[in-house]
Amino acid sequence: MDIERWLYSLPLRLRSFFRPNQVDQEMKGELREHLEQQISENIRKGMSLEEARRSAVLTIGGIAQIEQQCRDARGGRVLQDFVQDLRYGCRQLRRSPGFSALTVLCLTLGIGANAAVFSWLEGILFRPYPAVAHQERLFAVAGTVQGKRIDGLSWPDFLDLRQDCTLCEDAFVTSITGSTLNIGDHAEVTTGSVVSANYFDALGVHPILGRGFEPGEDVGNGSHPVVVMSYQMWRDRFKGDSQIIGKTQRLNNVQHKIIGVAPQGFYGTFVGRAIQFWVPASMAETFRGGGYKLEDRGARWIESYVRLKPGVSRAQAQQQISAMAARLQTSYPATNRGRGIGIWPLWQTPFNHARTMGPTLEVMVVVVTFVLLIACANVSNLLLVRCFVRRHEMGVRLAIGASRGRLLKQLLTEGLILSALGTAGGFFMAYGCRHLLVMLLPEGRTMYLPGAIDGRVMTMSAGICLLVTLIIGLVPALQTRHLDLAGQLKAESGGVVGVRSRGWIRSGLVIFQVCLSFILLVGAALLLESLQKIRTTSPGFSTTRVAVTGVSLVAAGYDVSRAKTFQNELSDRLIGLPSVESIAFARVTPLGYTGYSSTPIAIDSYQPSRNEQPEVEYNQVSPNYFATLAIPLFSGREFTRSDDENAPLVAIVNRTMVERYWRGQDPIGRRLQVKGRWARVVGVAADSKYESMGETPKPFFYVPLRQDFDPEPDLYIRTTQPLQSTLASVLREVHTLDPNLALYETITLHEQVDRASSPQLLAVTLVSALGGLALLLAAVGLYGVMSYAVAQSTRELGLRMALGAGAADLLRLVMSRGLRLTAGGILFGTVAALALTRLLGQLLYNVSPHDPLVFGSALAVMATTAISACLLPAWRASRTDPARVLRA
Amino acid sequence: MSKPSDLVQGTLDMLILKILALEPLNGWAISQRLKQISSEVLGVSDGSLYPALYKLEQRGWIRAQWKASENNRRAKFYSLTRLGRKQLEKETANWNRVSAAISGIVQLEEA
Repeated sequence: MDIERWLYSLPLRLRSFFRPNQVDQEMKGELREHLEQQISENIRKGMSLEEARRSAVLTIGGIAQIEQQCRDARGGRVLQDFVQDLRYGCRQLRRSPGFSALTVLCLTLGIGANAAVFSWLEGILFRPYPAVAHQERLFAVAGTVQGKRIDGLSWPDFLDLRQDCTLCEDAFVTSITGSTLNIGDHAEVTTGSVVSANYFDALGVHPILGRGFEPGEDVGNGSHPVVVMSYQMWRDRFKGDSQIIGKTQRLNNVQHKIIGVAPQGFYGTFVGRAIQFWVPASMAETFRGGGYKLEDRGARWIESYVRLKPGVSRAQAQQQISAMAARLQTSYPATNRGRGIGIWPLWQTPFNHARTMGPTLEVMVVVVTFVLLIACANVSNLLLVRCFVRRHEMGVRLAIGASRGRLLKQLLTEGLILSALGTAGGFFMAYGCRHLLVMLLPEGRTMYLPGAIDGRVMTMSAGICLLVTLIIGLVPALQTRHLDLAGQLKAESGGVVGVRSRGWIRSGLVIFQVCLSFILLVGAALLLESLQKIRTTSPGFSTTRVAVTGVSLVAAGYDVSRAKTFQNELSDRLIGLPSVESIAFARVTPLGYTGYSSTPIAIDSYQPSRNEQPEVEYNQVSPNYFATLAIPLFSGREFTRSDDENAPLVAIVNRTMVERYWRGQDPIGRRLQVKGRWARVVGVAADSKYESMGETPKPFFYVPLRQDFDPEPDLYIRTTQPLQSTLASVLREVHTLDPNLALYETITLHEQVDRASSPQLLAVTLVSALGGLALLLAAVGLYGVMSYAVAQSTRELGLRMALGAGAADLLRLVMSRGLRLTAGGILFGTVAALALTRLLGQLLYNVSPHDPLVFGSALAVMATTAISACLLPAWRASRTDPARVLRA
Repeated sequence: MSKPSDLVQGTLDMLILKILALEPLNGWAISQRLKQISSEVLGVSDGSLYPALYKLEQRGWIRAQWKASENNRRAKFYSLTRLGRKQLEKETANWNRVSAAISGIVQLEEA
């Protein structure tokens, strides 16, 4: 029925919208026709022409009115009204440019902050790999230990997974690596990935030149030295050479044949890095060292992804994969006991920067929503003020016959203009902020964390725009309900400061703003306090005067025995330098990206409970490690040169491990089983931070590097001189030993600690910036309301003054009203903040989300801001001149 | 030039539909037919006819077509649509029901 009606009316509506003149002409023609018929009828009745015409016009009535009624009866009116309102609204905004600029600025900040955060969420968490189709079906795969700790997968486990997972469309491997790349006479460090041969096919990414990997290229050891390079690398380093396919490039000292160039916009699959080249898994040893791993089920070095078949849920796939992991446990107990395999959506990927960015971005969503609401409240307030100024205009329009619905449409249209302008501005802001995150991170320059402005972000922003329109348009519209026709046309009546009357919406908005900005203040203060705590917490090792670097031995093709000799020779040479106090090697740097290995342990005196399989993380360190990092030893000794591969196995344990497994008794000389072999405990070291600054003390131990060798450990240098001069001499010594070697990035341990607290730093920076913005907006709102209240009640103020109130009384009157509003806002804000600060969860370190000191300082800041915002209006009130006001 | 009251407005719609149910007509002819039928009791001014026609067209009850009129001038002819016919039936039934009820009340003998 309704469809049939539209079938008739839609063409009419469209016609009258797009061809209004023609439709109008036809309508006029029809009426003229009628008139002429009437005239000839009249003439037939015997009237003269003149008389006939006059009589006809009288019969039909006012032509202009009929025409208007006909136009109203036709469709297309809605759109025409809209266009008319749009024109009128734009004229209104041009007339008060200050007001317009202020509202658009508020909305730009509010909407822009939202658009920026959405674009980060989209670009970093939800659609991190823009060139890859169907990312919603991609899931990250990682190993779990006893259901919790995240580990890599081994290559054989991956092959089993790929074969057995029937719910997966595909599974592929990617493992991040670095390489020194020599082009011409200079060397650079680039980031690459070791991948399975199906990598490009599984992602649906097709090289623009050459080909991807072929099945079988990921089999064998060093058997397929082929490389696909990124578009960026091809363009910048090879100047877009179209003949590049088939040429060779030395990577980590092995000649690789260039077989393909990836398309523009494909940056690999590692959140936080733009990958420059891809090599097949058969080349893993060349890039990662540590022996041939493709047949070692115990070597967990790969990060992988699966793409689920359409319609398969994560839970279903997880169930199948868990069942598979359980089978692996029984088939290969030596390597797989207690280990599972988990899958995570991309935004929870456990092994890249999605994990570090996630909690911060989650908090940011809440924060920017608050900022948007505060901005809306501000704009509503501004619109209300203007609505009051315009009530005369509104009154007149109502009086000459506009319906209230029509006025409502007009107000909504004006709201739409404002929010559309704000959204446009917000887009520019979000676009400008795409790369803001990396600028805020200490290690940012090397990272790639782009925001993505795609269809979903645009839809989201358009949605916000409409929502904002409704919010800011409806509040003044509500106010027009109270528009009393007679009252508006009469002279303005004076308001009264103390009386609530119709100001309740405005007061409510101010309370709302104060409440939201107070919550943000508390959040920012908590994060700041927590960052402070992290910064002042000792990591358990000395961060001053210690530099960390590495020597590219694997890339230079060193085998284990050459590497051992080199390490000894370099130690001897460096320790001879006057500026070097001590040096050490260790496989893993504390708080770094590389994770520690963990091993099942056994201890003579410790009887694990039935389901317990004690497993502890450890590090391989050289002699002088504890001296160089200044980690105190409580008893026993450091490792020495004599603790080598021929000597009995030894270990140093930390304090927490002593508490847990030896019940606090001195374990020196006791036995500890590591990887199935028994070692003697020779020392007890103090606890320190191992993986993050926020962690609680955990058991940990150290074994000598020589007894569990790694060819490319990190090198620690404790210096007495400034870092740069020392580095130059270190490099000289390295080159004296072998001119082909290069040093990796050198940072101080202090910088390493800074990087470890970068999520907190990022959160603090962003939340403080937005908290400050919110505070400013709230202050503007409060100021606006108070100024307006004062301006509206000059008569009352003058009267009070005439009756004997002093300037101080009036100052107090206005201040007390402003502060009452603030107090209300803070009250609600405190209650809400107590409930909401738990959201900060993992970002807080050693700070209670209900810390009274933090709440107190937020209160102080809010109160100070409120007092300053009210001071000017209050002062103005106290300067009221009773004689002038009362005469007016 | 006052607008017809709601009752008359509703009746006007029904009358137009009824007239057009007999044959397609142009505006002038409809106004003449209206005058004949209602003997000017309803006081439908020509002025209110056209907005009513436009409204009915918008609702999909009648359809307009340009045709040559009797004296060979182009005129807009209105005809009833399927929807209009249904509407007319509904309104006629409604009218009969209401007018029967009202006349029942009006004819009540005063006690």
